Amino acid sequence: MKLIYEKSQAGRRASSIPDPGLENGTAIPEGLRRSVPPRLPEVAEPELLRHFTELSTRNFGIDTGFYPLGSCTMKYNPRVNERLVGLPGFRDLHPYQDDEDAQGALELMWRLQGILAEIVGLDDVTLQPAAGSQGELTGLTLISAYFKDRGEYEQRREIVIPDTAHGTNPASVTMAGYTVRKVNVDERGNIDVDDLRAKVGPQTAGLMLTNPSTLGLFEERIEEVASIFHDAGALLYYDGANLNAVCGISRPGDMGFDVLHFNLHKTFSQPHGGGGPGAGSVAVRDILEPYLPAPIVVREGDSYRLDHDRPKSIGRVRGFGGPFGVFVRAYAFIRMWGPGLRDMSETAVLNANYMLARLRDHYELPYDRHCMHEFVVSARGLKREHGATALDVAKRLMDYGFHPPTVYFPLVVPEALMIEPTETEARETLDAFCDAMVEIVREAEREPDLLKQAPHSRPVSRLDEAGAAKRMVLRHHGGDD
Amino acid sequence: MSFTSLTDADRAAMLAAIGVESVEQLFDDIPANVRLGRPLDVGPALSESELFDHMSGLAARNVDVNRELSFLGAGMYDHYVPAVVDAVLQRGEFLTAYTPYQPEMSQGVLQAIFEYQTAICELTGMDLTNASGYDGTTVAADACYVAKLATGRTKVVLAETLNPQVRQVVRTFAPGFGMEVVEVGHHDGATDPDELRAAADGAALAIFQQPNFLGVLEDAPALAEAANAGGALPVAHVDPMSLGILEAPGRYGCALAIGEGQPAGNYLSYGGPHYGFLAARQDYARQLPGRIVGETSDMQGRRGYVLTLQTREQHIRREKATSNITSNQTLLALAGLVYLAWVGPAGLREVGERSHALAEHAKRRLGLPVAFDRPTFREFVVRTGRPAREVIAECKRRGVHPGYAVGRDYPGLDDALMMAFTERRTPEEIERLAEALAAVGVQVAA
Repeated sequence: MKLIYEKSQAGRRASSIPDPGLENGTAIPEGLRRSVPPRLPEVAEPELLRHFTELSTRNFGIDTGFYPLGSCTMKYNPRVNERLVGLPGFRDLHPYQDDEDAQGALELMWRLQGILAEIVGLDDVTLQPAAGSQGELTGLTLISAYFKDRGEYEQRREIVIPDTAHGTNPASVTMAGYTVRKVNVDERGNIDVDDLRAKVGPQTAGLMLTNPSTLGLFEERIEEVASIFHDAGALLYYDGANLNAVCGISRPGDMGFDVLHFNLHKTFSQPHGGGGPGAGSVAVRDILEPYLPAPIVVREGDSYRLDHDRPKSIGRVRGFGGPFGVFVRAYAFIRMWGPGLRDMSETAVLNANYMLARLRDHYELPYDRHCMHEFVVSARGLKREHGATALDVAKRLMDYGFHPPTVYFPLVVPEALMIEPTETEARETLDAFCDAMVEIVREAEREPDLLKQAPHSRPVSRLDEAGAAKRMVLRHHGGDD
Repeated sequence: MSFTSLTDADRAAMLAAIGVESVEQLFDDIPANVRLGRPLDVGPALSESELFDHMSGLAARNVDVNRELSFLGAGMYDHYVPAVVDAVLQRGEFLTAYTPYQPEMSQGVLQAIFEYQTAICELTGMDLTNASGYDGTTVAADACYVAKLATGRTKVVLAETLNPQVRQVVRTFAPGFGMEVVEVGHHDGATDPDELRAAADGAALAIFQQPNFLGVLEDAPALAEAANAGGALPVAHVDPMSLGILEAPGRYGCALAIGEGQPAGNYLSYGGPHYGFLAARQDYARQLPGRIVGETSDMQGRRGYVLTLQTREQHIRREKATSNITSNQTLLALAGLVYLAWVGPAGLREVGERSHALAEHAKRRLGLPVAFDRPTFREFVVRTGRPAREVIAECKRRGVHPGYAVGRDYPGLDDALMMAFTERRTPEEIERLAEALAAVGVQVAA
């Protein structure tokens, strides 16, 4: 399909800009003025809307169909949230508006801070971080501030991370100035506690852990793990990517974690928009509260204000109070569930275990336990016997109308397929997906090329990713370049 | 509210298939000590209509820009967002998709990002850009990390006329990056190239803003040259709405161009979510953070798009990645693209010219002493002769928000008021502004 630049015709336009009827003289010095106009698209509005509508038909969202992308928690995004975020009092509110004229927004943020703290069993929350990875960097910077205050920063230079962690964890550790210390996973998919004991000591600043892990398994010895770190004077960081498994059931603060980030876009149903926006709100135990980014929303009597006066704060991590529109949706989502958030998590876990039960005889299962909200199976057998890989299975699933699961992650499982159904899918959908997964095994036996050439039903067939990296065509160039 | 689909019969059949008696058993791996054992205290569940009423009540307690005449800017601007932006963003296929890890499922958003990348490169005069950053503050911290990887140096130079929040974010993250920050003060609202050159000696990068936070037009080409002469990567923080009439950073020698995308196609939304942009010359392609889309072809030779240069990224390189970024702001960047396609080159120039003309008209009409005697774009600072915070509070009682109290961030400028003018303001509204200021004792021209 053509790029919008290829549909462009000089002289066309969609916009009309109000004319204030003032002389168009410019007080801008000649040397600072634009020398060559930017080649933006020149299209009329009907063509503009058709272009993006056509693009949308070449895309797939949770509104289109089942999207069991492991660790991404692709649940239904309630439409009422879009109506709420579009209320002029939210949508058109300037972030430098005086606190007294933003009381509704501040109250919403204050309530959300409290609700999030309750859900995870910690004391205080900052809503400022823009996304999960920024929440991680914020959390690690809080840990640095804590140890600097105690005079232990120079000594504690290591963060322990299990093999199963998201790639963001080690990358965040490096960016925060720490060294990664890896710890193994045992035969049940838990952290290898003996290996852990050998790696934690006076040099340790903390642990970063996702629980349940990216294998979809709950750390059975979490209390012991926590005490190893706390006994060594270190802190525990919880990656909230998989919080959808445990809302109302088990709280990270009660497990012993000291700081965590939420992915509001996962657990609390912010539509992900093809890659964002998200929000990475961070909750902490009281010992870390003095270091939280400023400003924080505080309540005084019946009114709310932004508190900028936080002398020990690490500073600001993002503009203003954070991605407010995400807060509106997350708060709305939580208020609709109420204490029923527990049912949300239970249903997510039930759906995942049902799919696991249906697939366990057809794919290899690296860890034979009940899973939490997601699980990992391996296509290793298919690869060995029929030459069909996890990627081939993923591509073939597209022909059945499903978005593929996460593949090749976590790295500890070869040919991994990581499946997360969430709570919002009907049993028929789960069955249809499992039927397709089983049928694909049969296809691999009979006609492996059907998988290797897949997908057959999308606007494009398999794309040359290596070629893209080599050619590096990262923008459209007009004909005259 | 019902966002789940399971009936009692479904549950029973599913538990039987799993081979357990109850859902409880699925949680056997969770130790008893760490189970909550009580309902969450998050308030009662609300129906959709109850929720709507509750939220409408909260929204009604905010004074948005429709409820008073506002001249607030300071980095976030009330430019018009056309309806076609909303129409595109509410397409569920865009709204509810994840990051396009599976390109055959996601050609729509991948092509849109490719088109966005093209638009940002056109605006900034740069060779490439990523698929967006979180906002105009975090892309500055990203630029620091790029410069450290590219130069091996650790000194960050910031112009004091760079947005205060941007400087705060850089200061938060620089120590973790192993970088130190120095600032170059302003003279009469602008940065002196000689001082920037001296500070840039041995630095990784120098970031300045055009037009700067105080509304003033810097001598940006001279600042870029000064940074370069000192050996630092010149980085311009620019406003997309100015780039229809102001020179592109790529044409005056910047290594990187960064900025806040909100004014182009995003609502104010009390500060977010918006998008930031980070564009670069070709030399820095392998140091950029975040997602980048590239063109390629499928097995039949048809053109298509994929996430590319992923060997920079955290999910491949883990602790050796160029950044930890996973999410970006694709939906907001898509809004930016739709907006830029809506205005087109002629419309963008008109928005810039008309905003500028309104600001110049207001300068003359108000006749107040300007804080800085320099050219400006669509925002300028005046001295009100009394604390700006008081002026603002009193004008607001008359339904006019006259702007931003510069003393919040710049000590010694307590009587300085910064006013922003977008194409949405009118000469008649500027009369109302003049009346409100006069009514609270500010000496505007008669």
